[in-house]
Amino acid sequence: MKSISLDVNGTTANLTIDDPTMPLLYALRCDLGLHGPRFGCGLGQCGACTVLLDGNAVRSCVFPAVSAVGHRVVTLEGLGTREKPHPLQQAFIDEQAVQCGYCINGMIMQAAAFMSSNKTPTEAQIKQALVNNLCRCGTHLRIVRAVRRACCGA
Amino acid sequence: MDAMSLPHSVNRREILKFGGLIVCFALPMRLTAAGDTGEAAAADTPKVVAPDRVDGFLAIDRHGNVTVFSGKVDLGTGVRTAIAQIAAEELDVPIARVNVIQGDTLLTPDQGPTYGSLSIQNGGVQIRLAAATARRALLRKAAQRLNVDEHDLTVDAGAIKPKHGKASVRYDELIGGRPLEIALDNDAPLKDPKTYTVVGRSQPRLDIPDKVTGRFTYMQDFRVEGMVHGRVVRPPAIGATLLSVDADSVSHVPGLIKVVRRKDFLAVVAKTEWGAIAAARQLKARWSDWQGLPDEDKIWDYVRATKIIRDDVTSNRGNVDAALAAADRRLSSTYDFAIHTHGSIGPSCAVAAFERGKLTCWSASQATHNLRQQLALMFAMADADVRAIYIDGSGCYGRNGHEDAAADAALLAREVDRPVRVQWMRADEHGWDPKGPPTLIDMQAALDASGNVNAWYSQFYGPDGVAGKVKLVAAELAGLPHETAMSPGGIIAGTAVPYAFTNVRTLAHRLVTTPLRPSWIRSPGRMQSGFANEAFLDEIAVAANADPIELRRRYLADDARAIAVLDRLALLAHWQKRSTAKNASGSTATGRGMAFIKYENNRTYVGMVATVEVVRATGVIAAKHFAVVQDSGQIINPDGVKNQIEGNVVQTVSRTLIEQVRFDRSRVTSIDWQTYPILTFPDAPQIEMELIDRPDERPWGVGEPSAAIVSAAISNAVFDAVGVRLRSVPFTPDKVLAALKV
Repeated sequence: MKSISLDVNGTTANLTIDDPTMPLLYALRCDLGLHGPRFGCGLGQCGACTVLLDGNAVRSCVFPAVSAVGHRVVTLEGLGTREKPHPLQQAFIDEQAVQCGYCINGMIMQAAAFMSSNKTPTEAQIKQALVNNLCRCGTHLRIVRAVRRACCGA
Repeated sequence: MDAMSLPHSVNRREILKFGGLIVCFALPMRLTAAGDTGEAAAADTPKVVAPDRVDGFLAIDRHGNVTVFSGKVDLGTGVRTAIAQIAAEELDVPIARVNVIQGDTLLTPDQGPTYGSLSIQNGGVQIRLAAATARRALLRKAAQRLNVDEHDLTVDAGAIKPKHGKASVRYDELIGGRPLEIALDNDAPLKDPKTYTVVGRSQPRLDIPDKVTGRFTYMQDFRVEGMVHGRVVRPPAIGATLLSVDADSVSHVPGLIKVVRRKDFLAVVAKTEWGAIAAARQLKARWSDWQGLPDEDKIWDYVRATKIIRDDVTSNRGNVDAALAAADRRLSSTYDFAIHTHGSIGPSCAVAAFERGKLTCWSASQATHNLRQQLALMFAMADADVRAIYIDGSGCYGRNGHEDAAADAALLAREVDRPVRVQWMRADEHGWDPKGPPTLIDMQAALDASGNVNAWYSQFYGPDGVAGKVKLVAAELAGLPHETAMSPGGIIAGTAVPYAFTNVRTLAHRLVTTPLRPSWIRSPGRMQSGFANEAFLDEIAVAANADPIELRRRYLADDARAIAVLDRLALLAHWQKRSTAKNASGSTATGRGMAFIKYENNRTYVGMVATVEVVRATGVIAAKHFAVVQDSGQIINPDGVKNQIEGNVVQTVSRTLIEQVRFDRSRVTSIDWQTYPILTFPDAPQIEMELIDRPDERPWGVGEPSAAIVSAAISNAVFDAVGVRLRSVPFTPDKVLAALKV
């Protein structure tokens, strides 16, 4: 048993870990009750679990919770709220860029990290930035349009 | 368990009080006693779920809020929003006041499983009729109350008032909180579509704001009080038997509650989710060897050699045999379509709880009423003692693993006497969800000297069975009662063609078995038939020296809506008439191919033109662009329809170019996204589309039809580009290279 403190969405969360290999995803979902980061593969292949760690996109399903100590973790909930959405969240609403929406957490978090380093991306750059995020419903075109809208306006 | 109150007898008062049980279930679940004496006594009787009663589908509470009880569920398609639009329109209430409860065996009528592109076409139309019946009854009540003729009344935002005059009465004043105890009336007057203000206009989806901000509760997020976590440990070979289990191998795992073994069903239950995962990974078990699967490299020989137990003749006109024998020219080709997996991004998940001999099960099942029966069979219970409740999960394109996860959870809940959540891991989903079966189709045609099609003969080879109940993995492994018949879906519904050829026979050879447990995946069988029919017709067009759109027009001349789709498609795609392949030189060749479908020969029309690039040196196909025209009758939510068409095209490009379930003699070996890759962003095509709205026609389904012809459009475009026919899905580079070398 080990007590750790995580900085999640600007709040300090204290939790007890009984296995140092437990991925961050389970701390966020099971201990903190967050819904944004999602379990998709547990292998870092699909991106549904993506969160920001000091502004970088990481796959929380393979990133140990203990390794997040001392870093700033931001989840979909911390990016914005329904009342005050992040420009990306608003753009996904405006473009109706969701079918089932299970992958959308990853799309938004990956795009958020990407946008911080490239404010005016081309469509090809957006597609390349999302190449490791999988969507099964086939919402790709709307997702790209939403990211473009968030970056460059409608 | 004692701290939890399971909702096995929700009464009307509770429903009306909560307005939306979905919201309630998002919290640790506890339905308190109603305690609202203001409601009528009738509210203490069980909620009516009869599909011929208005109160089966609708309730209006004391605040004028409308609750719709829909047996059809939103699998990520936007059906919740479209159904709310239909109810809001027909009742004349703002959509913000409409809440939709879906797929709950205690609360919603059984409208059949959510499959086959029928949610709006059947489910929505039933709900529209319920709303129209309610509206008329309320107008009559208002007429009495206001002492005016009912025909002189109008409704505005739930308030009924005379066309001339000021007095008004609201729905909630007339009925609020009391059940609409009326039989559905087929003669209830429907609103004139010309007066629509909600239906036919793009309505932003009700679920999206919560989904993009992390507030939405998916099945995978759902929790109940006292719940623990289960993980299944599937056999390393599909038919292996469990020889021994070493439970001590996981006794060190923190929070372990139990290693559960029932015959060949093996699972672990732990207090925490990670504890369950760790235990499942470390559990030592010995299994027997089993190698009962066929040789993957000879799958089509296997299918062709599988015993046929019945021939279904799906159409028969004229004399095909005589026409083929007398033909000037005969064409014949064989098409095949690989085994596919559903590949939902979120693996299946369910929560189950037993209390006092009753089972409640939450899952993302597309068929909660069927699931209830399956669980009742499995545990030898009465159907009435099982409640199956739908909660939105990851996208579902047919019968995937949701029901199996539900059976896993129920079995474990019984074993540990606590609510259990089972979340499948990625390998469970890829390895054990039921598969779209391998399909083989032989095509033959006869042409006369003028290039007319004198005979069309197709023979479809697919597993026997219908869209019934797919046997539950847990029931089979545990040796508990379960279905034995295969249920691949209505796979022969697309075998007949809409074309007026003189002599036609379409035949489906139903096979006694198929390598992996089959089920329906988006456009089941129809995607395979759509591929063979429309690619073969392209072969015929070339042989007949005819433009492919012109050839189709010739045989669809009596179907004005089909002709309209083809005409609009030619315009949208800037189609240039042709009768042979471009087969242009150059290292990268571009081609265009078209395909058409009248879905199941009785509904939604789709025409599309695909533009592809083929790299000759590598055999890689890039699907660059699709032009799509669709007539699905009355459109409820145009943007929702477009979203479905985009999804159909992109997903089917993935299935057509990349996807194939791999297996060895023991098991599925494509068990993650590296071994079963799907399309990624850089390879998604551009899509241009035109919807033909027909507000005065009945609405038809849109979730499948456009998917059914994507493979053919690509195959035909590849032929145009490089002059070779691809008749085997997926169109992998090695197949393209092999075809180019011939």
